[in-house]
Amino acid sequence: MAKNSKVIKREEVVIRFSGDSGDGMQLTGTLFSDTAALFGNDLSTFPDYPAEIRAPQGTVGGVSGFQIHLGHSEINTPGDYADVLVAMNPAAIKANAIWVKPGGTIIFDKDNFTEKNIERAGYISDPIAEEKLENYNIIPAPISSMVREALKDFGLDPKSVLRTKNMFALGMVYWLFDRKLKYTEQYFDKKFANKPEIAEANKVALRKGYYYAETIEALNPVIIIEPAQIDPGIYRNICGNTATAWGFLAAAEKAGLKTFIGSYPITPATGILEEMALRKDLGVKSFQAEDEIAGICTALGASFAGYLAVTSTSGPGLALKSEAIGLAVMAELPVVIVDVQRGGPSTGLPTKTEQADLLQALYGRNGESPVVVIAASTPSNCFHYAFTAAKIAIEHMTPVILLTDGYLANGTEPWKIPEMKDLPEIKPPYAEKNDIPFLPYKRDCERLVRAWAVPGTPGLEHRIGGLEKTMKGTVSYIPENHEQMVRIRADKVARIADEIPDLAVWGESSGDLLLTGWGGSQGYLMTAANELREEGYKVSLVCFNFINPLPKNVREVFSKFTKIAVAELNLGQFADYLRIKYPEFDYHKINKVQGMPFTIKEIKENCIKILEDE
Amino acid sequence: MEENRTLNYTPKDFKSDQEVRWCPGCGDHAVLSAVQKALSELGIPKEKFAFISGIGCSSRFPYYMDTYGFHSIHGRAAAIASGVKTANPELSVWNITGDGDALAIGGNHFIHAVRRNIDIKIILFNNEIYGLTKGQYSPTSEKGLVTKTSPFGTVEEPFSVGEMVIGAKGKFFARTYDSNVALSTQIFSEAAKHKGTSVVEVLQNCVIFNDGIHDVVTGREVRDDRTIVLKDGQPMLFGKNNDKGLVLEGLKLKVVRLGENGVTEKDILVHDSHEPNPGIQYMLANMRYPDYPVALGIIRSVEGHTYEADVEEQIEKIQKKAKIRCMDDLLKSGSTWKVE
Repeated sequence: MAKNSKVIKREEVVIRFSGDSGDGMQLTGTLFSDTAALFGNDLSTFPDYPAEIRAPQGTVGGVSGFQIHLGHSEINTPGDYADVLVAMNPAAIKANAIWVKPGGTIIFDKDNFTEKNIERAGYISDPIAEEKLENYNIIPAPISSMVREALKDFGLDPKSVLRTKNMFALGMVYWLFDRKLKYTEQYFDKKFANKPEIAEANKVALRKGYYYAETIEALNPVIIIEPAQIDPGIYRNICGNTATAWGFLAAAEKAGLKTFIGSYPITPATGILEEMALRKDLGVKSFQAEDEIAGICTALGASFAGYLAVTSTSGPGLALKSEAIGLAVMAELPVVIVDVQRGGPSTGLPTKTEQADLLQALYGRNGESPVVVIAASTPSNCFHYAFTAAKIAIEHMTPVILLTDGYLANGTEPWKIPEMKDLPEIKPPYAEKNDIPFLPYKRDCERLVRAWAVPGTPGLEHRIGGLEKTMKGTVSYIPENHEQMVRIRADKVARIADEIPDLAVWGESSGDLLLTGWGGSQGYLMTAANELREEGYKVSLVCFNFINPLPKNVREVFSKFTKIAVAELNLGQFADYLRIKYPEFDYHKINKVQGMPFTIKEIKENCIKILEDE
Repeated sequence: MEENRTLNYTPKDFKSDQEVRWCPGCGDHAVLSAVQKALSELGIPKEKFAFISGIGCSSRFPYYMDTYGFHSIHGRAAAIASGVKTANPELSVWNITGDGDALAIGGNHFIHAVRRNIDIKIILFNNEIYGLTKGQYSPTSEKGLVTKTSPFGTVEEPFSVGEMVIGAKGKFFARTYDSNVALSTQIFSEAAKHKGTSVVEVLQNCVIFNDGIHDVVTGREVRDDRTIVLKDGQPMLFGKNNDKGLVLEGLKLKVVRLGENGVTEKDILVHDSHEPNPGIQYMLANMRYPDYPVALGIIRSVEGHTYEADVEEQIEKIQKKAKIRCMDDLLKSGSTWKVE
């Protein structure tokens, strides 16, 4: 491997694969990240794909990308700027040129830089010159013609031959970073066990790419990223959607409940429904409903019938579910609503990420309608927060909204697999069998939780519903009863603060600036805060996972800092929420609404500006 | 675990302690009695019943039943009931709804529940008006009906419940009217026993906002001549003297009189609710006065796979050969690696 080249060690590197949405960039990126993970690097990935399944070929709108950040040290984000860009066509250059580090490496398929494609991407004649990339390490590789030549004796149709272009490119990148081909070759043997000629064609393209890069010494020196220092244990790569689905399944197992998911497909949440539909082996009942409303309503029915019930959606779907969430508040039934946030409003940017559903989750219902709101903050901790959301829903007989986002849902990272025995118990508050007559809104004094009497249990027949009721379950229009019930429901949710962990501060517990965030921005904020500290700034970080109720120590944490900056992918919803809850502090806003995560650079620049402003 | 109880229920055992709040003279009272009577005779333990409703006058129904009940939100009861039944197929799940709840705001859930053939019992109270909001037209109001929101008459064609059910691949459709408690009881009982979505349309009188809307068909004086009670294996005869009948002429049903033009009982169509081809049943469900008598009784009742049973069967089949049997198995499945 890389015998004749010099070798240099680096702490981290960012690679971006980019091409037409039909070019197989997602698979290419996934195979590279699996190889890196198996090698022992820490990593984080982020796919970036258009809403159209096959946008017009060669256009910037049809560019699909996959970014991988891998390192010898801890990796918290998919990275801002790429060291290596693989561009399968001119449009990929157009879409990504500004995301390549100055002097970085750009590999592109020279054969695809035809006059027509160059024009279609919006260039006149020479994309490299027009983007002023001449000083970069430019590698124009004749990828199409080389795979055609390599596979000419395979008897494949021209389309199938060209479909292996991505593997040629992947082979080149493997050489640049001195990676082994074994894992990827095994993948093809398994994937195309019934079509050995396709498996072989892909493997040949992969090897040809590798040798081609070696022959032309595509990078000198070759970069080596040694394995990261990682906690011992068994690991796997996981994306946020799968982790979310598994978190629910784990909670059901711990609670001794069966799982029901009622959902309607919606980007970027569909992966949760798909993963749970696969899990018939664990007895999951998945119900692909006729619409978003039926998604949550079937879930509520299953919850009434004694299941751990969940519904998964994204922003527009959460809007449609609002009324039924209110019913869950009123009926006090456990249900978890996952909102995988995307760019909004309306259809917005379906495949892009945003954090702008926060206020909808908190307040988007009629009446006084408190729900628990939790946000996951890394792809893998979606498991923990889905588990926790289910635990709280069940133990407190309340709807819980779990916020993730497009970045968490599709992003992947290595995850140390937990053992079920190490997860906390979940105890459903079942009604006692002799609790007759069963009063549906009688509560335990401490947590104000009502008991769960599941249909089929003799003697506990009762009625619940959306009309205001007395403790007995009788419909009541008595003014004082309504106010009392409204206050009790609010108090019930507020008291959950007793059971959630304190807000943790990363860095010193006091200083000049407390960088504050929530949910999916955590990795970016953490990297930015770490770098600022290394540069001598007195910056610490908090990232909220529990939004309603908030952790009990917020005031204490906030009071130790001169300034507080709230960074979020919206126009300042969490900052405004904090202002309502803790009006004694001043909140500086760092906002971005471009359908993309923050870059470390922009967070740092904003923080420094806030620090320097009087 | 289930003790061998003898279930000597009377209708009273299904009455809750709640005061019934429908208007005096409302058709709902009679439907409630018929359901309570039917349930007491089914031999199903009380705790196995779940009554799910949406919004509207009829949707208050669960409060008056001493069973598990869930009074939900407008139009969504079919979806909630679908969730209940899918989760626990052992329950007898009833969806109480009205013409607005099921066919306007809840139309989507209604047709999809029927399409899935999920084993829920949908009792649709059809009074052709919005009662709880005090008198606006509904999706079943006859075209031209003057209401508060159609002061000059509606300009909309109404839905026919039976047509929708059959159009949505429904396998059970029956019709009764509120004051015929005996017929309603019998139909509810058959609906309960049918495996699959059962839709029962109850022609129900709203004494306040649409009083007497069905009298032209079900009024005491006229009902024998303007309705036909269909019974399996029996010729489709009706009329005070049971001398009128239905025959097929060309592609249409036709009302004939025994003895006229040589018509004998042999010429009269014989009802078969179990015939899978819905052609005749569709025409029967759509018969309207004055051209035809309105069909009552069980119009269509065809066996078929039910959603919840197929879901369970699929799970059972997959679990039999599954490698993943618990979360620890799943967590460790696929590509993993060990860090020492």
